[in-house]
Amino acid sequence: MTYSAGSRVRVRAGDPDHHTRVPRYVRGHTGEVVATLGRWPVPDDSARGLPPRVETCYAVCFSAADLWGSGDHTVIVDLWESYLDRA
Amino acid sequence: MTEHDDLPAAARTRQLEERLIAAGLASDEEIDEFLVKLYASASPVNGARMAARAWTDPRYRDLLLSDGNAAAAELGFDGLSYQLRVVANTDQVHNVIVCTLCSCYPVSLLGPSPGWYKSFAYRSRTVREPRQVLAEFGVTLPDTVRISVWDSTSEARYMVLPAQPAGTGALDAGQLAAMVTRNGLIGTALL
Repeated sequence: MTYSAGSRVRVRAGDPDHHTRVPRYVRGHTGEVVATLGRWPVPDDSARGLPPRVETCYAVCFSAADLWGSGDHTVIVDLWESYLDRA
Repeated sequence: MTEHDDLPAAARTRQLEERLIAAGLASDEEIDEFLVKLYASASPVNGARMAARAWTDPRYRDLLLSDGNAAAAELGFDGLSYQLRVVANTDQVHNVIVCTLCSCYPVSLLGPSPGWYKSFAYRSRTVREPRQVLAEFGVTLPDTVRISVWDSTSEARYMVLPAQPAGTGALDAGQLAAMVTRNGLIGTALL
């Protein structure tokens, strides 16, 4: 478990040619970890029939202004560890 | 009008069931038994009971917000197939849930999801302009209330703990549960 509540993380910007659970709208954006969730198989692996890596998943909070250029709300997205780099 | 059984999704589902059965991963009877059990008990009445209990029992409220599965189990909803995360509305924060990638939803506690929850419009607009989306549901929030949108992209499922309606302090948990709506538990209604 690399991150904890308060960690600043950046979502990897890649556009994989397989199933992933990274919504396009957060790719490349920076957010803050607000909770540590369970450890689950990485869907990118499971969907391709690979032996899945099992990783911690984090709830990551993004500001609307960062994501969309406007708005005063926040959006929280659950992201597996390998989707993230420390910001 | 198209019959449900004729929809392409229904045909795909039948093919998937046949593949599962052919591969020996499940039997027809097991699949039927699972669905009968799920839909016999899946209802927003379950989530409503949890919300009402949280309003009347501070210990339960703390448990609900820190370990949703344990809180669900206390009311008899054990063996959830997901990690339940409950987010509480307050004077400062209004929560709303969405699944932008598909339509993830805590079915066993909220019942089958409404059609609009699965619509492209709801899924795309709620993360972009939730204040406008909520206004279309009849929820107008003061500018001082911050909106948090929870996108269900993992094995966690989200449920909103609505704020207790004013002036209901004398009611018991059963009376309170009757006031909790499905949309209140999604965050697209106030109570």
